[in-house]
Amino acid sequence: MAKTATPRNTHIVGIDLGTTNSALATIGVQAEEGARSNVPALPQLVNAGEIGELALLPSFLYVPADIDFPAGSLALPWNSSPPLVVGELARKRGAENPVRLVASAKSWLSYAGVDRTSEILPWQSPPEVVKVSPVEASSTYLQYLRDAWNHVENAQGSPANLADQDIVLTIPASFDEEARRLTLRAAEQAGFDRVTLLEEPQAAFYAWIESQGERWRDLVKVGDLVLVCDVGGGTTDFSLITVSEEQGELVLRRAAVGDHLLLGGDNMDLALARVLQQRLESNGQRIDQWQLHELRYRCRHAKEALFGDASLASQSVTVRGKGTRLVGGTMKAELTRDDLQAVLVDGFFPIVERDAMPARQRRVGFQELGLPYAADAAVTRHLARFLAEQSRQSDVGGAIRRGSSGLACPTHVLFNGGVMKATPLRARVLEVINRWIRAEGFNALDSTHVLEAHDPDLAVARGAAYYGKARHGRGVRIRAGAPRTYYIGIESAMPSVPGMPAPLKALCVVPFGMEEGTRAEIPGREFGLVVGEPAEFRFLSSTTRKQDHIGDLVEDWGDEIQESSPLEVTLPSDEGRDEVRPVRLEANVTEVGALELWCVSRDGTGRWTLEFNIRAPQAAPKP
Amino acid sequence: MMRLSIAFRCFFSLLFTGKISEKILAELRARVRPATHPEETPEAAPAGTRPPATAAAPRPHDGTERAIQMLALLQRDGRLVDFFTEDITAYDDAQVGAAVRDMHESCRGTLQHYLTLEPVVAGEEGQPVTIEPGFEPGTIKLIGNVTGKLPARGVLRHHGWRAGQVRLPDLPSGIARAVIAPAEVEIS
Repeated sequence: MAKTATPRNTHIVGIDLGTTNSALATIGVQAEEGARSNVPALPQLVNAGEIGELALLPSFLYVPADIDFPAGSLALPWNSSPPLVVGELARKRGAENPVRLVASAKSWLSYAGVDRTSEILPWQSPPEVVKVSPVEASSTYLQYLRDAWNHVENAQGSPANLADQDIVLTIPASFDEEARRLTLRAAEQAGFDRVTLLEEPQAAFYAWIESQGERWRDLVKVGDLVLVCDVGGGTTDFSLITVSEEQGELVLRRAAVGDHLLLGGDNMDLALARVLQQRLESNGQRIDQWQLHELRYRCRHAKEALFGDASLASQSVTVRGKGTRLVGGTMKAELTRDDLQAVLVDGFFPIVERDAMPARQRRVGFQELGLPYAADAAVTRHLARFLAEQSRQSDVGGAIRRGSSGLACPTHVLFNGGVMKATPLRARVLEVINRWIRAEGFNALDSTHVLEAHDPDLAVARGAAYYGKARHGRGVRIRAGAPRTYYIGIESAMPSVPGMPAPLKALCVVPFGMEEGTRAEIPGREFGLVVGEPAEFRFLSSTTRKQDHIGDLVEDWGDEIQESSPLEVTLPSDEGRDEVRPVRLEANVTEVGALELWCVSRDGTGRWTLEFNIRAPQAAPKP
Repeated sequence: MMRLSIAFRCFFSLLFTGKISEKILAELRARVRPATHPEETPEAAPAGTRPPATAAAPRPHDGTERAIQMLALLQRDGRLVDFFTEDITAYDDAQVGAAVRDMHESCRGTLQHYLTLEPVVAGEEGQPVTIEPGFEPGTIKLIGNVTGKLPARGVLRHHGWRAGQVRLPDLPSGIARAVIAPAEVEIS
């Protein structure tokens, strides 16, 4: 591409690549300090043959058949015949024809149970449907955002290419290393080469800082502990951020992240729809799957209306008749405030004790293969476990306020995600936290301890743009570092027992909180690598073991450490000689937040990177 | 017979213009295959699944196409045409009310989205207004004691409605222009 006289990276762009909605916020590289980010309306097909502009891009992808839409009706201003439909029309049409719809691509991207680079989506659709991989699907959304933004900029007479801008791409804090790497790959496939990753709860916190201006320094103080409670359409994510002081400056550190939970607003809408379905069917009416979908959509609106206006006692929900019989087939039910209380507040956010544990994953002999949805729908139980897990850790990420039992006791709560817009749900979360922290010997939190960011739908994208600006030295930064502790698996040298794998030890290679832009050598251990053929390392990680230091060997970890896909390295052989080369391991957390592991030869003449071996995990070996 | 006709038109179009005209292509694309297999006789097809006539059907002119489009949008979002064509005499008011409340909300949204509705005469209903000479009778209807003498004073009974901005999407192509609601067929 020819170089132009003006710099091509004129913007810093925050992209929230969400499970159900994506958004984009930009801020000029030259913008003044304190300037707000700009959220452009994104042109997209809203019906066949009709382009509309929406602030959010629904993260849905529809694979159209030739006979799906009238000829020419999928044309976009920048592409007369796109092969895939993205956005609002994909969401709408996908509800009518689910076998061609790719939804929740992001959840698939973080699910190690499938090969995330192979063409598996739409999940379990018939062979005649063209498939894409979770990485390609994510990349398609990014490419769409790129083309749409470029179109808008061009139309405004300031041509620019999104791929040339400084991009901050957000991911759930609970994304493991591989999901992060795959997200970067998706960005690479969209042509983005200046990408930094940022965790969503941190982005939400930045959005809060942006919305407060300099006032934020008066609202939190040294020793505070902020819980970011992010419940979106498809996922729930918790993080803890500590406030400390260094050289007279307030320093923010992300001290803990929770596990990846596939639990969110979609589950809640479905639960309400099921309640009304039962009510209608007990009157002798029948609801089919299409009407259930409509019911779910209408329950969401009724829920938002009831949560938005405390004076309403109930909202009527109608399901329209099928066929041309509109009036005759119309069914009507009332969604009452008591329903919301019973199903959402008490069902999804029950009052539980601080030692509550979520129910374990079902162990049914035959499970339908698919996304690993959280087995326990109670957000508060997951929160209890998250805060209790912090009792065992060292203060790598800054001082955490703990109670008598070791439970992490937040001093502030920042709510994020569409679900947490609802006042009764926020109140419930606060009520439950207060119950716990009073028992731990602290004062209860009130509304002054709830940090309010405006516009939760766009907070993550805006916060990401703010962070991008902060990286350029204009604004505050949260110190984050590695969100997990990472290990290499080492098989014990023991006599083998038939049918039993050799016991595994875990060598800590990246400690929790290892900062971006630093590297470290794993001391005291060398590996013999065979040249000319791939050597495999088993790779493990933990969100809870923060006490392990680099080089520590862990033997017994219960369920605190999980195994990920193996790592692989192939050393080139010199003229076909067979040899084993001694290497040391080196860990490197890059500036963009990616983890790299290197093999360095003893004599220092060679360095090879360990690559994630992204194949589908192999089935358990047969005895 | 239909295929023969299209084949001839394609042939002459290619012969004289070097390409097949968009009009013929649109018709070709718009042809709907019957639900039966080709070897089955058309009589075996259930009623209503035969391909609609294409070239023979009179195509509406542009003005009527826009009117049909507006109806199609109100039908798509609010099922307005279903409502008007349904015999509702047998249903009680509660049943009609449930359907209408829903339809009202949807159609209202459609109108707001595609049109900007403005009053013809600014001012509150029930308040006095003056009609100046030179007004266009198509915009204001005078009732009561209309002598023909202007300016005339009166009371605004209905402020009227005028379409300000109209933001209708592009018209669909071919025979779909006459469609108010596409038929729905669930494939099992």
